[in-house]
Amino acid sequence: MTATSPGLDQAGPEQGWFARQHIGLHTALIVLMVIWAIPTFGLFVNSFRPATDAFGTGWWSALFPPYNFTFENYAHVLGQSNIGTNFLNSLFISIPATVIPIFVAAFAAYAFSWMEFPGRNILFVVVVGLLVVPLQATLIPVLSLFASWGIAGTFLAVWLAHTAYGLPFAIYLLRNFMGSLPREVFESAAIDGASSVTSFFRLALPMSVPAIAALAIFQFLFVWNDLLVALIYISIVNPDNLPLTVSIAGLVTSQGAGAEFLGAAAFISMALPLIVFFGLQRFFVRGIVGGSVKG
Amino acid sequence: MTDKLITAAIVVVGVPGVLIGYIWATEQVLRILPERRRPDIRPWLWLAPALAFLALFLVYPMIGTILRSFQDNLGKTFVGLDNFFWFFGSADALSALKNNLLWLIFLTLFVVGFGLLVAVLVDKVKYESFAKSVIFVPLAISMVAAGVIWLYMYQYKPPGAVQTGTLNAAIGVAGLGPVPWLQVEDFSVNTFMLIIVMAWMWTGFAMVIISAALKGINPELMEAARMDGATEWQVFRGIVFPLLVPTLVVVSTTMIITALKAFDVVFTMTSGNLNTNVIANEMYAEMFKFGQYGRASAIAVVLLLAIIPIMFFNIGRFRAQEAVR
Repeated sequence: MTATSPGLDQAGPEQGWFARQHIGLHTALIVLMVIWAIPTFGLFVNSFRPATDAFGTGWWSALFPPYNFTFENYAHVLGQSNIGTNFLNSLFISIPATVIPIFVAAFAAYAFSWMEFPGRNILFVVVVGLLVVPLQATLIPVLSLFASWGIAGTFLAVWLAHTAYGLPFAIYLLRNFMGSLPREVFESAAIDGASSVTSFFRLALPMSVPAIAALAIFQFLFVWNDLLVALIYISIVNPDNLPLTVSIAGLVTSQGAGAEFLGAAAFISMALPLIVFFGLQRFFVRGIVGGSVKG
Repeated sequence: MTDKLITAAIVVVGVPGVLIGYIWATEQVLRILPERRRPDIRPWLWLAPALAFLALFLVYPMIGTILRSFQDNLGKTFVGLDNFFWFFGSADALSALKNNLLWLIFLTLFVVGFGLLVAVLVDKVKYESFAKSVIFVPLAISMVAAGVIWLYMYQYKPPGAVQTGTLNAAIGVAGLGPVPWLQVEDFSVNTFMLIIVMAWMWTGFAMVIISAALKGINPELMEAARMDGATEWQVFRGIVFPLLVPTLVVVSTTMIITALKAFDVVFTMTSGNLNTNVIANEMYAEMFKFGQYGRASAIAVVLLLAIIPIMFFNIGRFRAQEAVR
């Protein structure tokens, strides 16, 4: 697996080659970024336009005079009576529903990667296979389970459900990452007398930080944007605990009235996931694994 | 107000405390056992929380679903394989299955391909964080909002009228169109129009995971190759790509499953009309519109069976990983 070929043109015009490559690189990236940004940007512009404009003309016409922008859509969404409580509820739901599956999955992934036990591969495949279970098929049995435990409508019920739904992917991703860490690190720790708990907290977890950060972003995002689970497990029993997504969905009636608020609502509810994404970005740094492992 | 404070305390301190406390307690419990027995018991204690969650909230409902798939819609009479015969004999279900196959192939190729491309390209530039954020934003948008965004993109007005849809206005500048992107039944690429929406959202997902794996590659390996005069392409082909393969398999497997389960985009944008139906939408309709729980369950079981070959492929790969580490 070597990438070097001895006969390579060493004396080539290296400077020029690099420069040319960089123009191509920047062009390709910028084109991709523009393509990816246009749809959202269109909604963003429309979220500042009165309904009649937004439905009558394309969003780009707002970029030319007469500019006709308004904050009314945002004011309407933020003026919803429950929006503060709902925001807090969303936080109370999303933080544990992100933390619990990460820990539980990390324990399991560590066992799957670095402990020997019979049936390990089969069990792992069954766990990952559960990714395919359609959520809709679990709603009614799980709700009756929660009802019989007396926790339907509580935050706890939603934490438990989101943890279970997030686990197959979390275990899959972390098992793949932890399993690719070098064996010597764990062997030499064991020789030095480190217990499994020490190896896990001192070696496996810190070395898996990029994967855990990625996982944290996705799990937070899915829980934050979830409507279905909250509707089924909370709304029927305890409307006080409803998250932001439910009140936003309530802005738009089934006939589509109020669609002009959707853009504003979408950007308000996106703000926090994006802050989480920016906050966790710094954990995607090079050399966390490369630095602590010398083969 | 005190309620909220108590909840906040549980959220911030209690939950992590319980989780870390659990794994610490297991090690204390193991100390009681004779040393010889510990390695047999330990893995199960580490797996126990995960297995308990999965058993209660996924396996138990799924067993119920499997049983229901052999019963009629009232759940009283055993009907053998009738529900499955219905599925494979129904033109609707088969056309949904065909669309899922398109989803599986094109969503996976598109998301993994662009995710890899972006992850590798942004790794070389100074504005990496910014570029990644731009690609990532669609994933942070709720499904309902994404549906609205793309209905604006695909909007179609008859020729001659002012086009308010972004795509038709854009090609209109070049004197083309307008094209009914997602408006008419016999426009054969309707499903692709929906796949594009999903791919637009999920490319950020692939990018984040692939980029995390890319950061895990020892930079000395790449530097050494560059010192020896390898071109960037050779570094990618010879070093980066082989080390990324396990991650690409994880992302591909996840996307294949996402494609099999594709529902939200179809449900919010077309409700399965215009030849865009998929099996998860078919299942939803059978369950909540027609009350055919037996048939809906049979569809869930078909989904479950479809994943088996992919899982065997994964087993083989994990064995190979263990052989070399």
